[in-house]
Amino acid sequence: MSGVEFQHVSKAFGATLAVDGVSCSIAPGSFVALVGSSGSGKSTLLKTVNRLVVPDSGRVLLDGADVADAEPHALRRRIGYVFQNIGLFPHLTVAENVAIGLRLEHRPENGRVAELLALVGLPPECATRMPDQLSGGQQQRVGVARALALGPKLMLMDEPFGALDPVTRDALGRAYRGLHELLGLTTIMVTHDMAEALLLADRVLVMAAGRIVGDGTPADLLAGRAGPEAAALVDVPRTQAERLKELGA
Amino acid sequence: MSAWSRVPELLASHVLLAAAALLLGLAVSLPLSVWAARNRHVARVALGFASLVQTIPALALLALFYPVLLATSALVGGGVPALGFVPSLLALGLYALLPILRNGVAGLTGIDPAVREAADGVGMTPRQKLWIVEAPLAAPVLMAGIRTAAVWTIGAATLSTTVGYPSLGDLIFAGLQTQDWALVMTGCIAAAALALATDALLGLIERGIKVRRRGLIALGAALLFTGTGLALAPSLVPQQPVVRIGAKNFSEQYILARLIGRRLEAAGYRVLYREGLGSAVIFRALAAGDVDVYVDYAGTLWTNEMKRRDAPDPKRMVAAIGRWAAQEHGVGLVGPLGFENAYAIAVRGSDAQRLGLKTLDDLARASPRMVLGTDLEFLERPEWAAVRDAYSLRFSATRAYSPTFMYRAIDSGAVDAISAFSSDGRIAAQKLVVLADPRHAIPSYDALLLVSQKRAHDQRFIAALKPLVGRIDVEAMRAANFSVDRDRDKRTPGEAAAGLDARLR
Repeated sequence: MSGVEFQHVSKAFGATLAVDGVSCSIAPGSFVALVGSSGSGKSTLLKTVNRLVVPDSGRVLLDGADVADAEPHALRRRIGYVFQNIGLFPHLTVAENVAIGLRLEHRPENGRVAELLALVGLPPECATRMPDQLSGGQQQRVGVARALALGPKLMLMDEPFGALDPVTRDALGRAYRGLHELLGLTTIMVTHDMAEALLLADRVLVMAAGRIVGDGTPADLLAGRAGPEAAALVDVPRTQAERLKELGA
Repeated sequence: MSAWSRVPELLASHVLLAAAALLLGLAVSLPLSVWAARNRHVARVALGFASLVQTIPALALLALFYPVLLATSALVGGGVPALGFVPSLLALGLYALLPILRNGVAGLTGIDPAVREAADGVGMTPRQKLWIVEAPLAAPVLMAGIRTAAVWTIGAATLSTTVGYPSLGDLIFAGLQTQDWALVMTGCIAAAALALATDALLGLIERGIKVRRRGLIALGAALLFTGTGLALAPSLVPQQPVVRIGAKNFSEQYILARLIGRRLEAAGYRVLYREGLGSAVIFRALAAGDVDVYVDYAGTLWTNEMKRRDAPDPKRMVAAIGRWAAQEHGVGLVGPLGFENAYAIAVRGSDAQRLGLKTLDDLARASPRMVLGTDLEFLERPEWAAVRDAYSLRFSATRAYSPTFMYRAIDSGAVDAISAFSSDGRIAAQKLVVLADPRHAIPSYDALLLVSQKRAHDQRFIAALKPLVGRIDVEAMRAANFSVDRDRDKRTPGEAAAGLDARLR
């Protein structure tokens, strides 16, 4: 169980309404992509779940309980968080970065770091390196391992692979989807890349101007059953794919 | 006397002050840095205040604490020392704020926002975020600020001499005054070496933080603590109670302090010298018991402390001062030493002859084409206002010097008249002419031996000093002063005091 429910969630930054009365329910175990152009409010909505953003009105429920009732740090330790800028602690080794959640909870390490590094596909000798000695892709693998360390059931991913080169990005996306299945996670992933969303997610939410304007499975979206905004976004990778095909023909 | 023999004792006291001030600065600026890094308004106010403090010259900052502490002491019913360690500590602690605060805030706000977001994202409490992430990442920048603060503090601690706290500045100020350059260099070299050594050790710690080598940090910290401990060792030896002898900042005062010291040591007292105190603070230091004994001048107390503007007959003036000192401050007047050290306007002998200058009236006529050189305080003193107004003196310019350089200035022609001291041996040696004061604008300046309330009732103490009363004539004092002030065959104040003592017995 790790269902998330947004109830009339709104958040404004100054005069700009970033999230405008969003209500939506996300089933446990699902992989939901949150898609939209920049400024559509998708990151803001995502961060209301682990209280990096506090809504002006409305509630966010995690497994039926209002997240506002929990201590922020306690809530966040139950939720994995991965974001575009990775944010590895530059003064700590890879192992110390991965084990940070255990350290905060005063839990023993017991080989957990090696296990997590293997899970995200990093060689064990990475453990003693400093973050700046790793490539961007390796760093984000460490970021994912760090987020998984305390065994969360819910993963929040904010453009997690956005800064990586396309090859790494594709590999990491597939690898993560595997972990999602393996560990039985609920994942909400923000991305502006519709192709990535369609290929990884079970369900795609399309946001524009702070509202959800499209909601469906990848198949719904491709068939045009998720509304005009979704169709317009789906058109981009589809047209690209067709043109690539023509080039090859 | 070798200048180096005083270094261990002064170094201990210097290190104690600098270390305490740096710790005080850290205790205030570290939490303030954290707060300022989280709140822009706090940052603006805190950095603004620290920058403002920094624009106040260190010497002035030290002096400013005197009235502030005096008022505080009055407010809480006494007991707050206004001179010595406390004002030095507060002033230097304030001085240490800015570099630590500025670098602390820069270090904290310079942390990659992604790292902060990750710290929140993994579920750190604000306290965990500070200790696990922010503090280690800000540490290298912060350490650079601490190094700057340490070097500043050690340098500025030399100025604590002026408020009566012993430091390596004692050597510098005494040497500057008596033109004993070996003494000045000794003080400078010792202070510089201390600053460089501290900077190097803090640098080692900074390097250790940067390359994340705990061994290096521990080594630097261990050496720093050991060094501080060793420097402080002389001050940890238990000491018998001592008499503190005060002296202002010119040769005569250094000599008289040593003369008093010789007599008290002969009577079995242990003595310490608090030299280089300003006229404005030394009497209050005596009244507060921070100083046990010193020599002041009748006219100085008359105008500065008693706020009198008349210039009566010297005998009546001394008697009035004695009554006032006892009644108002509980201070004891042992008696006049027998000579006068009055302010006296002097000109070059050649000018006196050429322009026919004999009195201040004559000088008034010539003054618009002349430059007046004075010591550092004369222009602010009521005596100057009195003599200026009585004779309508209008110099084309005035320049203030430390006394040594004032005599150099009239010799070199940089100034044409000076506020000389009548007991100064250099008046005769430089063939200067003292101009008469027919209007009696300048009061009498009989040298008076004053003791604190506690010592006024110490029979053995008074008995040791009483034989000095009325025994030092102006010729003897001039000779002693000149032996210290002259350029060749210079004596130290201690040697001059020994010579004077021999002459008195």
